[in-house]
Amino acid sequence: MSQIIIEDLIKRFRVSERDAGMWGAIRGIVKRRYHTIDALDGVSFSIESGELVGYIGPNGAGKSTTVKVMSGILVPDAGRCEILGRVPWRNRTEHVSRIGVVFGQRTQLWWDLPVIESFDLLRDIYRIPRAEYATNRDEFIAVLNIEGCLDVPVRQLSLGQRMRCDLAAALLHSPDILFLDEPTIGMDAVSKLAFREFIKQFNQERGTTVILTTHDMDDIEVICDRVMIINDGKIVSDGTLDELRRRVSLERRLVVELVDNVIEPTIHPLANLANRDGRRIHIQFDPHQISAADLIAHATSQNQVQDLFVENPPIEETIARIYKDQAT
Amino acid sequence: MISYWAIVSARFRSLLQYRSAALAGLVTQIVWGMIRVMIFQAFYSSTNAEQPMDGSDVETYIWLGQAFLAALPWNIDTDLRSLIRSGGIGYELIRPVDLYTYWLSRALSWRTAPMVMRAIPLLIFAFVVMGMSPPVSWAAAAAFFVSMCAAILLSSAITTFLNVTMLWTITGDGVTQMTFGLVLIFSGMLVPLPLYPDWSQPIINAMPFRGLVDTPYRLYLGHIPVSEFAGVLAHQLVWILAFIVAGRLAMARALRRVVVQGG
Repeated sequence: MSQIIIEDLIKRFRVSERDAGMWGAIRGIVKRRYHTIDALDGVSFSIESGELVGYIGPNGAGKSTTVKVMSGILVPDAGRCEILGRVPWRNRTEHVSRIGVVFGQRTQLWWDLPVIESFDLLRDIYRIPRAEYATNRDEFIAVLNIEGCLDVPVRQLSLGQRMRCDLAAALLHSPDILFLDEPTIGMDAVSKLAFREFIKQFNQERGTTVILTTHDMDDIEVICDRVMIINDGKIVSDGTLDELRRRVSLERRLVVELVDNVIEPTIHPLANLANRDGRRIHIQFDPHQISAADLIAHATSQNQVQDLFVENPPIEETIARIYKDQAT
Repeated sequence: MISYWAIVSARFRSLLQYRSAALAGLVTQIVWGMIRVMIFQAFYSSTNAEQPMDGSDVETYIWLGQAFLAALPWNIDTDLRSLIRSGGIGYELIRPVDLYTYWLSRALSWRTAPMVMRAIPLLIFAFVVMGMSPPVSWAAAAAFFVSMCAAILLSSAITTFLNVTMLWTITGDGVTQMTFGLVLIFSGMLVPLPLYPDWSQPIINAMPFRGLVDTPYRLYLGHIPVSEFAGVLAHQLVWILAFIVAGRLAMARALRRVVVQGG
């Protein structure tokens, strides 16, 4: 049986609205208008133990809502959600003792306490056996390089330091599933790289299932085996990153760097010029119509070429296209 | 149990960091206590009629009140409020603990840590400088101690109830100010309860608030004899239980519809 089973999950929010300005505010006292938002509109998927799943979608698409339902914070209006054989909001305490959660914009550490005291407190709250706690703590301190932060109150840590401490805190009790909700938001490049590396390694060593929501496509490319896309409360795509690319577009690009700044470079009739940046031209082509080899042969024979390479369209463009296709 | 104890102790330790707040509170409470004592001295010197409580007892009652002021349920947990506003409350729900007991544990530290920091120096000051009297007997001292613990628990249960209402109101200001008004008047903090009119005594005695101030202080003074200790303690315990049940029910309802703020 799958570790996580989600079927036809529905969650609606009622949002109060009022007209802007003083008159709107006064009217709002007497009569409130509401509209409903379908945050989740029949979401279904299942996840096996040990998977690394990226969960993406535009702002307000329902990512965080799904994560909140799965972590037992939010009760859905309808649908089935079983994680490790439990319904999160019904067996909340048992459920949450087996999961770890990191919400990127918040901290689960105690603001006024030094980091190490937060860790000790988590040990008591999760009733982690001493030996297991000591092993995990020492490993995470070493791998995440947080030795220097341990005696500092959380409020004085930098964002990158805090996130690394938060990640360690979420894993101290050796959870079976780790939810990461926009964990890399605001992190510098070095912290991001270390963070991704840690997640991948941790998953390989311990077989922990990881579900990651993010807006950073590099997170997805580096970490995830599988990508689910949600838009307007519905799952619109679910598969590997390559499948996703193939589904959206077959288009590739050949980037050619010419020797001279030719006014009219010759381009194969089955391909076309995407854009031009001085001596560098980007040629768009469909590998079903013309192979990359043929196109390169044509380009080099017709023009004086200094350098060339083939590239996939950036993952951002791929995703943006899926969002847009759904919208229309 | 160990989980909740860990929460109490961690919170206690972090609250002990607020030393300048404690010092400022201490000075204010001493000055305020002197003013209150002077007001009552003026009242007592202007009358020859028999009063339900003699003047020196009132003074001790006032100093006890000043010392344990921070133990009253006079505000909500500001940390919880910011958690609720920012949506950090989500993290509270992913802990494998009973949320109500967790919050009650928080409230216990929230009520005791600031109180301890102010009470000890203030009591020393009141004994040495202001001539506050000690408990009438060892038995009264013991009864006072037990009843004071019950008062803190009652205060924490009321605080937790106020904290739970924030899950609806988000700010919690209105309900807190209302409660604080009731606490001030009906606990004995403003005027010792025996000085209220006779007709109001049964009503005041039935209300929960006397258990916060009046019950322990009058045990201390011997104004409530130790023989009546069991009865007044039972009154405190019943109200503690009532607030715990109400808080639990309210929380269970709130969690069914809780919306974690923000994306």
